[in-house]
This record gives sequence, C-alpha cells and structure tokens, in this order.
Amino acid sequence: MIIDHPLLGPRDAAEFVYLGDAALIDRPDWQADDAMEQFHSYGYLRDNPAGQHQELWYHEQGDRSWLVVTRNTVTHEITAVELARDVARKRGRGK
Amino acid sequence: MSQKNRIKGGLIDRSKEIKFRFNDKWFRGHPGDTLASALLANDQLLVGRSFKYHRPRGVFTDGSEEPNALVHLRDGAYQEPNTRATMVELFDGLNATSQNHRGSLEYDLLAVNDFFSPFLSAGFYYKTFMWPKAFWEKLYEPIIRSAAGLGRLSMKDDPDKYDKGFLHCDLLVIGAGPSGLMAALTAARAGARVILADEDFRPGGRLNSETLELGGMSGTDWAAETAAELASMDNVRLMPRTTVYGAYDHGIYGALERCTDHLADGGGKPRQVLWRIYSKRAVLAAGATERPIAFGNNDRPGIMLAGAVRSYANRYAVTPGKHVAVFTNNDNGWRTAADLVAKGLEVPVIVDSRDKPAPIDLPGVRHIAGEAVMNTIGRKGVKSITLTNGKVFPVDALAVSGGWNPNVHLTCHQRGRPTWRDDLCAFVPGGDLPVGMAVAGAANGSMTLAAALAEGQAQATAQLDAFGIKTKAADLPQAEDEPREAAAFWHVRQSKHRAWVDRQNDVTVKDIKLANTEGFRSVELLKRYTTMGMATDQGKTSNIAGLAILAEERGKTIPEVGTTIFRPPYTPVPIGALAGRARGKDFRPYRLTPSHKWAEENGASFVTVGNWLRAEWYTRPGEKGWRDSVDREARAARTSVGICDVTTLGKIDIQGKDAGAFLDKVYANTFSTLKVGRVRYGLMLREDGICYDDGTTARMGENHYVMTTTTANAVTVFRRLEFARQCLWPDMDVHLISTTDGWAQFAVAGPKSRDLLRKVIDADHDISNEAFPFMACGHVTVCGGTTARLFRISFSGEMAYEIAVPARFGNSMMAVLNEAGKEFNAAPYGTEALGVMRIEKGHCTGNELNGQTTAHNIGLGKMVSQKKECIGQVLAQRPELTREDAVRLVGFRPVDRDKKLIAGSHFLNKHAPSDMEHDQGWMTSVAYSPNLGHHIGLGFIKSGHERMGEIVRAVSPVHGTEMEVEIVSAHFVDPEGERLRG
Repeated sequence: MIIDHPLLGPRDAAEFVYLGDAALIDRPDWQADDAMEQFHSYGYLRDNPAGQHQELWYHEQGDRSWLVVTRNTVTHEITAVELARDVARKRGRGK
Repeated sequence: MSQKNRIKGGLIDRSKEIKFRFNDKWFRGHPGDTLASALLANDQLLVGRSFKYHRPRGVFTDGSEEPNALVHLRDGAYQEPNTRATMVELFDGLNATSQNHRGSLEYDLLAVNDFFSPFLSAGFYYKTFMWPKAFWEKLYEPIIRSAAGLGRLSMKDDPDKYDKGFLHCDLLVIGAGPSGLMAALTAARAGARVILADEDFRPGGRLNSETLELGGMSGTDWAAETAAELASMDNVRLMPRTTVYGAYDHGIYGALERCTDHLADGGGKPRQVLWRIYSKRAVLAAGATERPIAFGNNDRPGIMLAGAVRSYANRYAVTPGKHVAVFTNNDNGWRTAADLVAKGLEVPVIVDSRDKPAPIDLPGVRHIAGEAVMNTIGRKGVKSITLTNGKVFPVDALAVSGGWNPNVHLTCHQRGRPTWRDDLCAFVPGGDLPVGMAVAGAANGSMTLAAALAEGQAQATAQLDAFGIKTKAADLPQAEDEPREAAAFWHVRQSKHRAWVDRQNDVTVKDIKLANTEGFRSVELLKRYTTMGMATDQGKTSNIAGLAILAEERGKTIPEVGTTIFRPPYTPVPIGALAGRARGKDFRPYRLTPSHKWAEENGASFVTVGNWLRAEWYTRPGEKGWRDSVDREARAARTSVGICDVTTLGKIDIQGKDAGAFLDKVYANTFSTLKVGRVRYGLMLREDGICYDDGTTARMGENHYVMTTTTANAVTVFRRLEFARQCLWPDMDVHLISTTDGWAQFAVAGPKSRDLLRKVIDADHDISNEAFPFMACGHVTVCGGTTARLFRISFSGEMAYEIAVPARFGNSMMAVLNEAGKEFNAAPYGTEALGVMRIEKGHCTGNELNGQTTAHNIGLGKMVSQKKECIGQVLAQRPELTREDAVRLVGFRPVDRDKKLIAGSHFLNKHAPSDMEHDQGWMTSVAYSPNLGHHIGLGFIKSGHERMGEIVRAVSPVHGTEMEVEIVSAHFVDPEGERLRG
C-alpha cells in the first residue's frame, strides 16, 4: 500500500507502523462518573467495519508523524490522510 | 545421440552446440533451446513420472503452465526440484534429472500404483487411513510422506544468492507478446517511463511460435525489431525472464527476475531478484493458455497441446514425431496441422469435434468432422489413436486443442471475478480489476493478432491519458484477424478409459464425477477433495475442463459453477527469493554498543538483547566456566567497582514548557515536582492498567528532561510518547527526540565508584556525596573538557553512577574507565552480573514486567498517583487487578541452600496437590548470588508480602523438579539501601 503523507507525499506502507482505529484519539475524561465504563469501551471495544475506516498509522521510518488514514478495509482504497494532531485538535483535544 | 527430431528453420543458433545431461546421459542442443525443446529434439519424450500413478509423462506445453515436464535442475546443494523443463534455457553443462520414480525413469517400481488405480480415487487418503488412529503417526504418515511429492529438496543450505529491489514506472506492461509490445511501444514513444516484463527469454510471445505476418514482415522479425527499439530507449526497462507474479494494492506488482538461471556460471551475481514494482498504471497483456480435451489415455508422452507443437516446430525447429495427428474443437488447432505440413511433416488426420467444413484447405490431410479421439495406445509414447467412430490411426504424436483461456489471473488478485464469454467458451477479465490495471490482447479475450495489436495500443493510450501523457496516433502494423471460432467440447463421453483432466495431480474425469456424487459440489471443495488445480501449475491447463465437467454433472452452466479464487503467485516463487539477503546472521539487523570493540578485545562473550549485541561476561585467564566470570564480576562491583556499558537502554530527550506536565501524563508517578538536577524512578502503565515499562528520568533543566527506558521497549515507548503528544494532548509544548544512539552510557558501580570517577571527571566538578548525592544528575566534563552527563543512579544497589559521553567517545571512555579503575581492581561486567545484582536487590526487568503484572503486583501500587491524570490510571483500579490476595513480588531462597532454583517453577502450598487449581504463583528470575553463597529467586505469589518466612514448594513439571523454598524479602542485599547513599 502507499500512504500519501500530508507533508512528505506518497510513501510505502512498510515505512509505517499500524495502530488501529482512530477512535483511540478520543480518550475519555478520567474524572467522569463513569470513567471506568468509558475507559473499558475505549480500551477494548472497536468497530470492525467492512468499508470506510479511520485508522492511526505512525511514520516510524520517517518523520514520526502520527497520521489518520481513511481507508476502505475491503478495497484498501485510501481516501484521506491527515496529521493526527490536526484531527485531535478538531475533535477538541488540547492539553 | 543425434537430434533426430530436429527439423528445419527455427529461432535457434545452429552454429553453436550445447552439451547437457539428462539422467546422466549426454545430449546436444543449441542456444535458443529450452531443456524441453532439446529433450524433444533428442527424441527423449519420456521426461518424468506422474504424481499418483507414476504414469510415464512427457512435455505437454511450451510454457510456464507445464504440468508434467518437471525435473531436478543442477546437483548437490544447488539442486532445485520441480523445475519446468519448458522454462529452462539450455546452457552448456546443464544437468537435469527426472523426478518421482523408484528405480530408473524407464522402469519405475511405483508404476504398480497404476494397476491399483481403481482404489486410488479422489479422497483415497481421507477414506483409507482413518483407523486405527494410532497407526497414523507411526505408520501411515511416514509412508505417505515418503511416496508423496514430486521433486526432492537437496536438504542442504541453498548456496545461491538472491536479492530484492524496487522499481518505479508510469506504465508497467506485463507480457511482451504482440499486444504488450504494442502497448509498451505506444507508451515509450510518448515519453512515459515504461517497464516491459515477460517470463520468456525472448520477447514476442506467440509471435515467435506462429507463422503470422505483421506489417509486411514475419511476426518474429517484428517482435525483434520492436524489442530492439524499446531496448534502445532510456525511458524503457525491458525485463525478459521476469514473471510478474502478483498484483497488489495501489499499483504495486511483485515480479521475479531470473538473472543467472540460464548461465552455467552466475559469476557471483544473484540468481534471482524479487522486484517490487510501483506503477502509476499497468497494462496486463499476459496472453492466453491453451487447454486440452479429456479422453482415454490422453496423458501419454507425445500427446501435447496443439499450440505447443506449433511452437516447438516454428520456434525451436523440433517435432515430437514424424506423424502427428491433430485433435481440435476450434479453428486454431488447424494452424498446427498447416504449420506441420509446411515443415514437411506428415499429418495423418485432423479430428475436429465440430461437424463443419474445414476452415483451412489442407491438401493431403484427412479431415474427420464430428468425431473425437477416444483412446490412445502406447506405453512410453503414442503408437495409435482410436476415434469415436472406431477408426484407428497409427501416429507417433498427437496435438490437442480445446481452445484458449485468457490469462486472467492477475486481474483476480484483489478478489476480482472473471466473467464468462460464450463465444470464446472461456472466462475473461471481469469489471472489478485491480485499480490502475487495464487488460489487452488475448488476456482480455481479443484472440486475433489484429485485435490484440489494436487493443494494446488503445489501452496504453487510455492509461497514459489518465495521468496526462498524450500519445501520438500511430498507424498499427498491418495484421490479420485469423479464424478463431471455437465450440464447447471438454471431454469425450464415449471414452471407457481413464481420461486425465489434471495431469499434475492425476485427477481424472471419473474423480470429478465421484467428488460431485459424494457431495463436494462447490468448486472450492472439489479442488481440495480431488487436489485438482493444486501444485506448481495451479491448474492452468486443467481447471476449466474440471469446472465444465462439474457443471455438466450438476446440470448447471460453467459461470454458475464459477472458478476457484486466483491468488498470487502466478507461477512458483522460490523461498530463497522471498528471503532475499535476510538469511543467517542477516535475517535481521543487529546493533553494536559503543564499547563493542573494547569488549571484544577484553574477552567478552556476547548475547543478543533486543536487537543489540551486549557483553554478557568477560572471561579472564584461568576461568573455567561462565559462572566463574559472572561471580567475580558481581563480587567486584559489591566490594570494589564494576563498569558496564548500559548504552542500550532507551534514551529520550524531552524538552518544552510542558515537559513536566507531559511526563505526569505518561508516567504513573509525578515528575513535574522533580527538582532540577535530580533523577526519579518512573513506572509507566499501559492504558489497561498493566505495567508497561520502567526507568529513570532526570531533570537536566527547567524545561529539559532525559528519560531512560528498558532496552527492549526503547522503540515502542518512544512511539507511545509520540502518540500521547500528537494524538492525546496535541497542544502541549513538548518535543521528543530519541538519543539512544547519541550517548554512550556506562554504569560505574561499587564502593570505589566515586574514587574512580574522580580520576576521570575534571576536577572543577564536585562529586562528593554532599554536592552530588544519591539521585543527583548534572552536566560534567571528562578527560579535560569532553562533554558528559553524570547520573547518581543505581541498578546494582551499590553506590553507583551512570556517566554518558557522546557516542563517538564510547569505546575510549570504556578504556579510560577501566584503566583508571586498575588501582581498585575494577572489573568490567556484562549482562549476567548485572542480572545477578538486580535480583539481589529485587529490581524488576522484563521477567517481572511481562505484560501481565500490575503496579499492585510488584508492590508499587501506591506509586500510581490518584491526584493527576495518567495513562493506565483508571483501568488499573479495576477490582480484579487490585485484589488483596493478588500475587505479590517477593524473594525466594531454597530451604536446602545447595539447591538450584528453577525459573518458571510454580508455587504450591506445602501439602496441596500439584495442579492449576492450587497454583499460588510462579518464579520469575533466579540467580546464584556470589555475595550470599546460594541461589536466590524472585517471583510472584499470592499475598506474598504477608507470608514472609513461609515454606512453599516450587514445582516445575517441565524440568521434573520440586523443592521447598522460603518466602523472603526481595531485597536480598542491603535492604535499607545504605550503600546507595554512601
């Protein structure tokens, strides 16, 4: 596979390390009343779609960017690649 | 022996002669020959024995689809089994031997299987070797294994070299037949970067096998001219002997180039190269494969595909016999008769299953319409054929054509499904091609020369247009649309004898019918039950007939029955090529520590730790075994001073205004409160609350920390920190860089460590206990001004330091420290002594932090701060992980002090049965403590912290050992930690 890195252009997937569902960005609030429940879901429950999937890839053999790659799990077509930091900010994460 | 079957013409170089061996007999051939054509030329029609029945078999095809002419090539360690004689270029001194027979090829003892054939039908093994069960492993399996398989491995290390490489192009053209050449030429002339790959050594595909005219010249000449033009262009890479074996995601193709297989001596170059080709677009012009018709005894040597007979006659100037009959269901088969007649050979009869007039007028050739060949007579060849009308014709060879299958394989590598075309009686590529691929020529069902050329040009034009390269409209060379009408005719029903469908796996028409009767009706099940379509040829010549017979039995159409899935590789790829250079010590890279050279010069033995080679101990003269060295090193560090290279620990430089706050998030304990110039032990959890890693982190400045990780987790901790920084807390002002390779770091441990360091560290740095106490850190200089970092930390439990210098000074720093330590009897120590001392102090390593244990288990539960957010904190509080009776890390010593503890032993209470139900925990680490004079161990046991002094049993069923051990504190040496602070 080839991942079109937003800063570096097309790179072979072999340069990357795969982590999984980009939902891992949405880490729950540790002080929520149901924090235990939420962390349980966060840690253990994943959607496993046949189709569009947002997932985290790390450019370990490159610039060490974490990327959010939108990939079709059936065809492997990649329709979007973003810096995970930008996605995290968009999803309201800060300090 | 003379080349008795050699005829006139051909693309061989008769001016040179090549000598080669087959089954220890010398033969002669010419450059341009394959092993198959050369064997045929020498009238060696019998080439091997069949898989199951050990029937005599010969060359059946002229290409990579060959099911039967498989041989051992070369000898000794270089021997390669299951080599297709049709793909082996002849070279001087070539040595081949036939496969799958006991005794000689001519008199194979296992040919007796053929007489037992009524018993050896589909599913024979499944049905027969069911019982008694105990016979399977000892009796049945060894016998079956010894009889199974075709070729034999050399059982020696493969001495050949293989390599891998990467190529990039605008357009990859797969196949250099007329369509592929036309596509490549069109793209190349437009300036695109083109790769043209073909499995053959001579570009041209079927043009070299046919007598077709093209652009006013012979097809062969046109192919040679076109290939020469392509070869002369800088933007073209012409790759003969290269099989594109797989179509992968995003325009990536796998290809195997056979670089030196055709040479007597490879000259040290890689035998084969596995290429990964990155293409913007691809044109698949893989051509088509002819298929046979099933009839009685259709497997004898001398019975060949009609296209192959034509190929041998036209390209290799070889005929399998002087009287060659033709059996066909289509117009194309007639070309064989025509070409053979033109070569002056006799074609006694052409049997066409269709009841229609001759498509070509062939004077002197008897045409029998609407009949079929029903049986053949002969033993190691054909003597006569019997037709369905009862007529018998004496012949010495038979050319069979059942039509042509487009080579759709690569179009299906991403789960695409081919579609059926009634007019061709064949599957053609479906609509769901791999992205970026277009198909041209016979591979796409364009079966005539003119159509193939036009489609090659059109597809290349369209592909380039898609990314903005315009092609000039060029005239196509003049070519004809030769007759190609075909009818569906798969097997001769009237045949009473066994009719082979899959020649490689000895699957007959009857086997397929039987499988269907027994319920194996899905095409995938049929394949697995009968083994049809397996092994090196993957059913290239057999699958369609098998499907047709299955469809017929089930009363369905072929497209309804469907095909099995085509997967890479298209043709076999040697494991050696897939491994490339990654074998032996190069299987994966390993890293050397900065002091490796010094260690080598000073008697070190090395051990692999993660991907590092570390010194495990340093042998001194007179030491008889490793324990002598390790005991001495551990004692030296406890009584005087020891020196150890600890560079392999991960080092991460962390800077930024939020560095402290960031560390609070990733460590279970707090770092923002750490004073500048101080170091703290840190414990890292996984998000699920299990311990992940530990190490020390030093605060070098207000906004500057230096973290150490364990050697094993150096890479993944860094990855996780980047994840936390970029994905979880993206607005923190913090930056990370790995400096593991930047600094060489040495532990200097023992009561004399300060005295030693005073000789090395420049005098203006005060390292007295008051100025530089336990857990202090700072910048210093050594040896008259060399930058260094000093940390007063201790893994050994002694008064100890770690000193870091830029990595390039690492080897000399090791030498300097040891030289300075001479007066104290300093000893360098390796990982074993390091391990002994950490067990003596009850420090954790990977044995304890094994991905199953929590801070609570290792007695550091209180370290997980509840006042701040950190990774793993919430799930660490799960009730099951914080049970009061959870296992705790404690020390163990044998009640009989002479006994050796066994790591991995499980603990059981004194009178409890030895089963999992009564399991109390397990021993994680053991060592002989030279300071205590007996073995000691660390381990986890239920509520261990409350059970000091209790005697339990340590049982290892794996080692067959059991002994009594006493639960003690994990701090065997200096439990109060006074030495650390001294």
